[in-house]
Formats: sequence, structure tokens, C-alpha cells
Amino acid sequence: MKNDRETNLKKGMNIKARRGVAYVVLVAISFLCLFWFYVLFINATRAHAELTKGFTPIPGSSLWTNWKNLSAGRAASALPIWYGLFNSFFISTLSAALCTYFSTMTAYAIHAYEFKMKKFMFTFILMIMMIPTQVTALGFLQLIGKMKLDDSFIPLIVPSVAAPVTFFYMKQYMESSLPLSLIEAARIDGSGEFCTFNSIVLPLMKPAIAVQAIFTFVSSWNNYFTPALILHTDKKKTLPILIAQLRSTDWLKFDMGQVYVMIVFSILPIILIYMFLSKYIVQGVAMGSVKG
Amino acid sequence: MKTEKRGKVVRYNKWGYIFLIPFILVYLVFQFIPLASTIYNSFFENYRSGLTQIGPNFVGLENYRTIVVNGDLITYAENTLIMWVMGFVPQIIVSLLLAAWFSNPSLRLRGQRFFKTVIYLPNLIMASAFAMLFFTLFADSGPVNSILAQMGILAEPYKFMSNVWSARTLVAFMNFLMWFGNTTILLMAGMMGIDTALFEAAEVDGATSTQAFFKITIPLLRPILVYVIITSLIGGLQMFDVPQILTNATGDPMRSTMTLIMYLNKHLYSKNYGLGGALSVVMFIVTAILSMIVYKFTNKKED
Amino acid sequence: MKKKLLSAVLIAAMTAGMLAGCGAAGGETGADTTQPQEQEQEAPAEEAAVEAAETADEGKILNIYCWNDEFKRRIQDHYPGYTADASDATKGTIGDVTVVWNITPNDDNAYQNNLDETLLKQADAADDSKIDIFLVEADYALKYVDTELTMPVADLGITEADLANQYQYTKDIVTDSNGVLKGVSWQGCPGAMFYSRDVAKEVFGTDDPAEVQKYVADWDAFNETAATLKDAGYFIISSVNDSYRVYSNNVTSKWVEGGKINIDGNIMKWVEDSKALVDAGETNTYELWSDDWSKGFYPEGKVFSYFGPAWFINFSMAADAEGSIGNAGGWAATEGPQGFFWGGTWICAAAGTDNPALIKDIMLQMTSNEEIMKEIVVADDDFVNNKPAMEAMAADAGYSSKILGGQNPLNMYCAGVEGLDLSNLSVYDQGCNEEFQNAMKNYFDGNTDLDGALELFYKAVVEKYPELTY
Repeated sequence: MKNDRETNLKKGMNIKARRGVAYVVLVAISFLCLFWFYVLFINATRAHAELTKGFTPIPGSSLWTNWKNLSAGRAASALPIWYGLFNSFFISTLSAALCTYFSTMTAYAIHAYEFKMKKFMFTFILMIMMIPTQVTALGFLQLIGKMKLDDSFIPLIVPSVAAPVTFFYMKQYMESSLPLSLIEAARIDGSGEFCTFNSIVLPLMKPAIAVQAIFTFVSSWNNYFTPALILHTDKKKTLPILIAQLRSTDWLKFDMGQVYVMIVFSILPIILIYMFLSKYIVQGVAMGSVKG
Repeated sequence: MKTEKRGKVVRYNKWGYIFLIPFILVYLVFQFIPLASTIYNSFFENYRSGLTQIGPNFVGLENYRTIVVNGDLITYAENTLIMWVMGFVPQIIVSLLLAAWFSNPSLRLRGQRFFKTVIYLPNLIMASAFAMLFFTLFADSGPVNSILAQMGILAEPYKFMSNVWSARTLVAFMNFLMWFGNTTILLMAGMMGIDTALFEAAEVDGATSTQAFFKITIPLLRPILVYVIITSLIGGLQMFDVPQILTNATGDPMRSTMTLIMYLNKHLYSKNYGLGGALSVVMFIVTAILSMIVYKFTNKKED
Repeated sequence: MKKKLLSAVLIAAMTAGMLAGCGAAGGETGADTTQPQEQEQEAPAEEAAVEAAETADEGKILNIYCWNDEFKRRIQDHYPGYTADASDATKGTIGDVTVVWNITPNDDNAYQNNLDETLLKQADAADDSKIDIFLVEADYALKYVDTELTMPVADLGITEADLANQYQYTKDIVTDSNGVLKGVSWQGCPGAMFYSRDVAKEVFGTDDPAEVQKYVADWDAFNETAATLKDAGYFIISSVNDSYRVYSNNVTSKWVEGGKINIDGNIMKWVEDSKALVDAGETNTYELWSDDWSKGFYPEGKVFSYFGPAWFINFSMAADAEGSIGNAGGWAATEGPQGFFWGGTWICAAAGTDNPALIKDIMLQMTSNEEIMKEIVVADDDFVNNKPAMEAMAADAGYSSKILGGQNPLNMYCAGVEGLDLSNLSVYDQGCNEEFQNAMKNYFDGNTDLDGALELFYKAVVEKYPELTY
């Protein structure tokens, strides 16, 4: 651990060795991460009957057939996968937007202002975070039924405004990266509080927002439990419900090849969205200049 | 840094309340009511047998007694913690290591963008889809077994899901795969907030990158680290989907992979709001205590 | 590539009848006078017409709850007068009634959770949002059937005579504890034992079903044969879970007797037999549908036999995959040690429905109209719930299955299902069967002893049904 001054001479060598180690580890980890996509893709190219043989590393030739079986036939029995795609996209985008915007706002309220309830509110929100969601889920459903919000997107989108985990992250991030002096400066310039939040705080929070937007988007995209119990109309269903529906189909129609194609179909868009959002995290936003 | 000029801020403070309104409103409507009913229900016998509603009958602390007396809770808490630690330790180590490498300018890693992007990808796969892949790969006749057999390590197929430690390892491994990218991204985003000038200054002073990491990065990253540890702990205690799907909700072998929430979920089959509610309250208290300890412990230097 | 297995023989024989049936039913003209029709089986066309008139003053929305689109496709293809909505797959019309399909997948128990919540609110719901029809599977049928929330079919005006041709077991499953019938099914899913002809020839010197049956005529013979097969390098069945259904369909007591959990002798026999098989390496403990379990669909899997119904061999055993046993016509069917069934979907009417006449018509048309039943056989390869139709096919020498190497297996199914007594079902079946198999897997795998596994089973059942004791 403790390198002496002398070792600085060897630093050049040292760094090379460490760089080597880093590359090896990184390549291994990347393999571990990408391997699953390879398996998914392979399985999507194989016919149902071939899949019963177990895994092979060589792609099959049924990708197109599987896809046609899945999407084909405007016939009434075809799954509305394009609607599913749109619904998933709509719900996830709005959830991510509402969640990050209002969580940042909530965190900002706690971070930047002094008021009586502040400590209480912070602790309170932290406590909420620790409540297992499983039990309240069923109570939530009954509530939705009473509010006549069954088969509606609202109960899937609006609750994300109150997301304690995202709030907590925003709060922690502000602690390390949002100096209050900056807000002071804005006030001196005569900027209104709401305006300050939107035009100064939000841009500074970009990396954090991008991170949490991805997380919220992904978890909303992959959520099955609540949507499955709330959405009933085929055209309103999200992709995970359609996948589950494909899997619980009768044996006459059961086709794992289609299931895998459907999984690939539902992962591709989210990969693209991730690529888009990740540039905010990966390329970096010049925070250093602000802190200076 | 942040204590200065607090006085002037006072007159803006009503905005603190205003900014809290959306959160509180939505929370009260969509989450508080179900939550309150959870706690309330924990004092009642309240479940459904088929379609017949039993209760609610007030039973006081009977549900809590049941939970404590049958003693399973401790076992499942142990399982949960064991699998969490098995997944979290490598997760935080790898994440910190990667974050350190990525943020270390002197290492000048090429292809950073690629690596940074790739690590989060497993999280995009739904847990249920992931589990399907695991089943295929770790089947008795699956590729993992046949590779091990070809290498002469195994004489006959190893039943991964029928042995306690291999089953737990698979659960931990899948959790690790799905979440280490998440952690790394959180840490990287945190590190981005650190002024690079600090590192340059440290380098001029002759500090090694290891020293810089522990003396500069870690302290400045503290709030995010606290966040990562606490949310991982909470997420760990609430571990559910991975073991649930991998073991078909059984927690096999002999419930050695049964987590607290899986246990809770068992009670939801009969809509057992009484026992389920009591279990949730107990879990909530345990989580709160643990999190407070972590929070206090990690934040103590701050003032 | 799905082989129209059951269809071959019927096509020629029925074309004329079908055309007549379709034409008349599709026309929906000439509604004479409305009169209660109790006895006649022979006049589907008239019935349909009469129903159309009767339903005129009923609700305009028919809500159907189900977990996949199987029933929807059946209705669409075979129910006279159903028109699918071209723009919305969840809707269709029958006359001036809009049919709304409410499909919730099974995963995570979502279907039942959703159905429970809606059924329990049924009394307060507006007429148009009330459930009219819901579908159930055998494992949990009684959960719904044994409540006031499901309507007796007699209340809809369906008589015993209407259903006389259906298999008794399909009625047992949806008969409540007071002996009242509360659902109907269009499918029969009686099972048979499918064995590999090649292995039979190699080990027993014959692949003739009558000869092979002697080796598996009862469980003792079955277990002895398992040892013989093991010596030759084969597993008698792929997994102990294969035979569970066969044992559990032949119990003589219920899972719960007087509030206490009760394990039937035949179920314990399954445990004993299975443990012996597993310990001797004569079978495995794989989950059904897992990769390991299904490898026996191919010769390399070294599996002698599977238990299953018609749909299993027709659609699930990889018969269209190159190199599989089924592809080469390498399976044969025999009765096996005991009769059993596997699968099936039942149609139930929800109490409080505002469309009783329409439901009655759907039930009759879809489960006892012989023309439609035959249509379903031809078009969908279903084994239908109609004895005369299936028996006629079983006796037909011209009918054969390619997967089964030219054998006509139907008499095997018919024979097995006749002896089946399913009067010992209970509302606890789904939970008990699942948890029992799960718990015993630990015993078979050697992770605990029998007592430990039983303890685990009791614990798991009480979690699901807190009112039970053991």
C-alpha cells in the first residue's frame, strides 16, 4: 500500500503493469457482461424444438421465422407488440422524467433551505425508503381500484414523483457537488427561486439526473408486477406483460423461440436509450470549473 | 463550505416547503394510505382462504408473537445477509476499483467509453429473462457442466441448484452481475464532481495514485459512498426477485436461499395482511436500525 | 409445421355435416318462437337462432377473464356469429353484444390475483363491468367453483342431458362440495404413457404396446422395469415429477380432511417409489419443462418414457425438430400403470352476470355441439370433451399418428380416463400439489430426510392456507 518516494522512479513501469492488469480485468468483466446478450441472441435464432436440446454456441436459422411468428398476422391473435413498445416507452419516459425532476426538487428543498420541518422530513423520507414495497403493493392495488384508475397509466407514472431512493441520491450528490454559494450568487443576480432551480441547479445536476433517469427508466421498463395487475386492455399492456402472456400461452401455440425474440425485441430499444443517456455520464460534464 | 451565509437564506425558506409539496402530495395519496393500512393490519388476523375473507379480527401482538416464536425469521434473515454479503463485497470492490481506474488520469486507459458503457448492460435484462439464461447454462446437461466435465474437473454433472452453497453463489453471482454496473455508475458520477485540479496538485506533491485515491477520492466521495452502502443494504435486505425466480419461489435447497421478502411473499399468496404486515413492520425496524448505524458511522466526520 | 393429427380421419367423414352446421348457424335467421330447450341435441342451428333472440334484452357487454388467447381463438374460429374487432384484438361482437377479453398472464399468480379482486367486487360493479365468464384450470378450479361467486350451470338452463357426452372427470373437476356442476370444458386431456420404440425393442425385444404395457401395468411392474432399463443405460422416466400427476390423480382421500392436512396413501407411494428410483439412478428430479427434463425428447437423452396427454406429444415433444424421437415416429403409446389427465380449461359463469342466455349458448355451442366439437378437432388438433366423437376416432383404423409410428393412440387415452375418479379434489389442491413436489425434491436430492421434507411441506402449506393444521 505505502509506496515510498523512491518507487516514484519506477512509476513508469508500475503504471504500465497496472494498466495491464486493468485491461485484463476490464476485458474479463466486459465479457461477463456481454456474454448474456450473446446467449439471448443465439436463443432468439433457434426454433422452439431446437431450444429443448439445450444451449449451443452456434446461432440457429429461425430468427426470421420466430420474428414473423411473433409479429405476423395482423390476425386478432397476434400480440400487439408495437403498442407494447409504445406503452413501455411512454410510461418509462414519463416516469423517469417526473421522478428525476421532482426528486431533484425535493432534494433541493432539503439541501438549500432551512426550515423547521427539514430534519424531520429528511429522516421521514429516509424511513420510507426502508419499507419493503411488497406488502404495500396489494394495498396500492385496492386503492387504485377505489380511485377507478384501473387499466390506466396514471398509477404507473405519477407515483414516481415520490421516489425516496432517487431523492436520497440527489441529496447526497448535492452535498458533494452543489455549493450553496452558487445559489447565493444567483439570488444576488435577482433570480427567482423557482427560476434558479430550473436554470442553475438542474443543469448542474445533469450527471446525477442522467444516472437516475436511466435507473428509473430501466426499472419501469422491466416492471411486471404492478402493470400486470393494473393494465388489462391488450393495447395498453407493456412489454413485460406481453412476454409473460407469451409464456403462459397454451401448448398449441407455445414457442420459446418467440419468447426469446420478444425478449430481444424489448431489450434493443432500452439499449439504444441507455447509449443515448450514458453519454452524459460517460463523457463527463465539466463540474470542475464550477467548483473552482 | 456550506455553513457560510446561512443567515441570508432565511427569507427564502418558505420555498423549502413549496418544493416539497409535489413529493408529499403524491406520497400521501399513493403510498401513505397503503402503508398505514399495512401497519394497521399487522394487529389483525386478516387473510383469505381461497375467496373467503377471514377477519379482520383484532389479535393485538399475536402476529408478532407468531413471527418471533416460529423462529424462521432469523434463518431467513441469515440467508438474506449471507447472500447479500456474497454479492455486495465483490460488487463494491469491483465498482471502486473500476471507478478508481476510470478516474485516474495517469492510467490513461483506452476504450474507457466502451468499458463504462458495457458494465451497466446486464441491468437492462429483466431478472426473469436472466434467470432463463441461468437455467440453460447451469443445467445438468448445460454448457457449464459440460465444460467442467471436459476439463476433467467433474466426473458427473454438478447440480448447481440442489446444493446450498452453489445455489447461494448463483444467486449472489446474478445479483452481482445485475447491480455492479449500477454501483460503478453511481460512483463514477460522484467522482465526476471531484475537481481534477486536486489530483494534479497531489501528483505534483508526489502522491501515488493509491494515496490519491484514499486521501482525496474516498473522502470526497463519502456522501455517494454512504448512499451506495445504505441503498445496497436496504436493497439487500429486500432481496427478492433473483432468488425467487432462480429457485421457483421455493428457496431450495431446504429454504437455504429463502430471503425475508420471499418469506413475506409466501404470506401474500393468502393475502395474509396480518402476518405480512407484522413481518413488514419488523423488517422496517431492523432495516432502519441498520441504516442509521451505517449513516451515523459513515457521516460522523462531517461536522 | 404443426401436424393436424386428429384431423385426418374426421375431415372426410364430416365435411358434409360441417357445411350444413356452419351454414345454418352462421345464418342466424328464422328465430321462431322462444321456448326452453331441454332435450334436443340435434338442432344446434335452431338453438343458436333462439339464443340470439333471447339475448336481445341482456347486457350489451360480455366480459371474459382468461390468461391467454386460447379460448378467444376457439370462439373466434368456431362460435357462430362472433365477429372479431379488426382494430382491437381485445374486443369482438356477438350480435349487438360487445365481447371484451380481459387477458392477464399467469406469471406471479397475476391472473388469479386480478380475478379475485374483481370477483369479490362483483356485487357492487356496474352491470357492464361485471365479469360474465371466467376460465379456470383444474388445479385451482375448486377455489372458484366452491363459492357463491360461480353460477351453477343448471341455473343457466343447461341440463345434464346437454352434457351427457362429456367425460365424467371434466365434470368432477368443476363440481362443488354440494355436488353442483359449475363449469364446462371443451377439452379432454386424458393421458397415456409414451415410450421409445427403439428402447423397448432393445430392452424388451418388442415395441408392441400390448406387450410393453405388461412391463408397466402397475407400479410394482413399473419399478422392476425401471431397474431393467437402468441396467441397459436408460432412465424409465425423465423426472419423478413426470409420474406425480399419475399418482395424484388416483388418490382416495383429499388433501385436507376436517381442517387438517392429509397426505394420501397413493401420494406417499409416489414418495417411496420415487425415492427408490432416484437413489438407484433410475430417474432424476428435474423440473418439468427444464432443459434437462426435455433432453429425453432426443435419443441421446436416454429416457424411456414420458407421461402426457394428446397435446403433449403433438406439440411439446419437439416432433418437428430434426433428430428427435418424435420426428422419426419413434414413440408409442400405452396405458401405463394408472389413468390420469393433464391440462384443460374450464368455462365458468360468474354469479351476477347480466348475460345468462348468451353464456348458456356459448357453453353449449363450445362444449357440446357435436358439429363444433368436430370442427375443433379438425382445426385445432384438440382432444375434445365429447365421447362419441373421440371413440369413433379411436376405433378408426385409418387414423394414425406419425409421431407414434403409425399407432392410433386414442383408445389408450379413452381407456385411462374412464377409470379416473376425481371426487377427491379440494380447494387446496394447487398449493398442496406444488408445495409437496417442491418439498420432496429436497428429500430425493438428499438434502434432508423424509421427516424434514414433510415438515417443510407442512410449513409451506400453512403459509399458503393459514387456517390449516397438521
